[in-house]
Amino acid sequence: MSRQLISVRDLTVRFRTDEGLVTAVDGASFELKDGEILGLVGESGSGKSVMAKSLMQLNAGNTVYGPESRIIMRDGENGGEIDVLSLTSAQDLKMIRGGAISMIFQEPMASFAPAITVGDQMVEQLLLHTSMTKRQAKDFSIEMLNRVGISDAEQRFDQYAFELSGGMRQRAMIAMALSTRPKLLIADEPTTALDVTIQAQVIDLMKDIVAEFGMAILFITHDLGVIAQTADRVAVMYLGKIVETGSVRQIIQAPEHPYTKGLLNALPNLDDLGAPLTPVAGDIPSPLERPSGCVFHTRCPQVIAGRCDAEIPEIIDLAAGHSVSCFAVPPPVEASV
Amino acid sequence: MTGKPLISVRDLSVHFSISGPLFGPKKIVRAVDKVSIDIAPGTFFGLVGESGSGKTTLGRALLKAVPITGGQIQFSDNGVSFDLSELSKADLKEYRKRCQLIFQDPYAALSPRMTVRDIIAEPLEVMKLTSSREETDERVREIAAKCRLNLEHLRRYPHAFSGGQRQRISIARALVCKPRFLVADECVAALDVSIQADILNLLNSLQKELGLTFLFISHDLSVVAHTCDHVAVMYLGQIVEIAPTKKLFATTRHPYTKALLSAIPHLDPDAEKTAIKLEGEIPSPINPPSGCKFHTRCAFVQDRCRNEEPSLVVKDDGHQVACHFADELMGKTG
Repeated sequence: MSRQLISVRDLTVRFRTDEGLVTAVDGASFELKDGEILGLVGESGSGKSVMAKSLMQLNAGNTVYGPESRIIMRDGENGGEIDVLSLTSAQDLKMIRGGAISMIFQEPMASFAPAITVGDQMVEQLLLHTSMTKRQAKDFSIEMLNRVGISDAEQRFDQYAFELSGGMRQRAMIAMALSTRPKLLIADEPTTALDVTIQAQVIDLMKDIVAEFGMAILFITHDLGVIAQTADRVAVMYLGKIVETGSVRQIIQAPEHPYTKGLLNALPNLDDLGAPLTPVAGDIPSPLERPSGCVFHTRCPQVIAGRCDAEIPEIIDLAAGHSVSCFAVPPPVEASV
Repeated sequence: MTGKPLISVRDLSVHFSISGPLFGPKKIVRAVDKVSIDIAPGTFFGLVGESGSGKTTLGRALLKAVPITGGQIQFSDNGVSFDLSELSKADLKEYRKRCQLIFQDPYAALSPRMTVRDIIAEPLEVMKLTSSREETDERVREIAAKCRLNLEHLRRYPHAFSGGQRQRISIARALVCKPRFLVADECVAALDVSIQADILNLLNSLQKELGLTFLFISHDLSVVAHTCDHVAVMYLGQIVEIAPTKKLFATTRHPYTKALLSAIPHLDPDAEKTAIKLEGEIPSPINPPSGCKFHTRCAFVQDRCRNEEPSLVVKDDGHQVACHFADELMGKTG
């Protein structure tokens, strides 16, 4: 069976700014197993990207991690563990960044260096992270470009990012991220900038890759349709908190948290064109003015006055793998143990 | 369609010439190629297609924001009519009062150095539509309230607002000069789903209240399906299918439209996959394929498609499609 790869406990991320400490992630916990795709959904400003970057300590210099926060990653060869947040030396961090964990971004145009060929960028990171020679690295890069469905890979190897189309750039990005054989791939909105037709191709490619390489993927997106088609499990984030987690079927077919329900109701449904669109009322509050109690209470249709704005809801388990933090959701009746 | 269309487009072409080799012929990009559409007053007309299909260029041509290479665009409203291919400078100013544009990215569309009040008032001042500051303020407050903006917010700067609020400011600015026709170019693409529904509902209620007509450009078929009365599907500068929305989604005829529809990720993880997967990407408009432009990616391609260009044929009740085999393919899903 697949083993646990990474475990995140009570992750709290704050940024020191001129206006004071801004909380981006607040006590988030989750796990990822080998070969599992975890979808992370939420609107902009909910802390998805900050949480993902924490796994590699990629956040900016003004970041303060909470004292209780732990990110534990299995260390492949000897069954040991790495405490990611305790790493400080550049040498150790290199093992994580690009070694054990790779990342692909939303805007492939902005992630490739414009004045270096795609091939040189792929070779550079292979020379950094593996013991390949330059010759081997080039051959392997071309093989990877072929693998992700780029035609004329040898010719593409010598081209610059601007010469490739959007879909091709994202494929090259995936090839580059995979070539160091990471154990975890973080995909931050990898299909958002693409057309639906190209998005469908990239989603298929990512699923094939998991089947072939057996790595875990943390898939960040705001598109629940994309999540439904890719993820095994889903975590829903709002203002830095994970408000609901469950299998993709639990979340899509039987959501419990009012925010998850709101996100699903706001989607236009092609099977029922006449249905009205119901937005989630209001706007996401500024992180400088975090609501007290449950962070969602300012927009929640099921808000319980006097409770939701005062107390912070605990995370309760509803069924195997399905947990939610909301006062309006009745806890399951305790079965006799 | 009843009555006279607000905008009537006939054989519209917009070509751009780009620098080719130093010696030799210039290359031409046919961004919009012989497009004909009618937009009825008081409706949402949807325009969908992949990036590079010419949606935005068509929208800009209707606003006379790009030079028109050929064809006619006729605008008629309440006895006023303009022929866009031969507008005098004075007429162009008049036309601009009646047509406005809502942009995609509300973070880029608003000047960070102007207050919300100044942003919304700018069109009135530029076009000299009001005679006093009091009148301008009155108009600004009126339209801001219609767009559900808090009147206290008028004194603030755009950085203080979220994406949804900024898009409401953009809409208020577009509506302040009381236009009749609006081009909404991907106006919800940059927004979160929770906000997207809010903006779509707002556009819908404004359209009903003010009797506006929209050209609604989007790459997202599900958004278009919910918003528009008519939909046109574009591919490489040409329209491949036009129909009333319900009809288009109930009886999709063109293989490209079918492929677009099936590429939308389904919300049900157990949904049956009958997807027609489009291979490859949209070809370059500098060097479009011969015959039917879609033949390089079409699952049902025949010899005839490679040589002969299909024209837009009326099937039934306003449903037009440009495909040689539209009737044979009716029932097929791929």
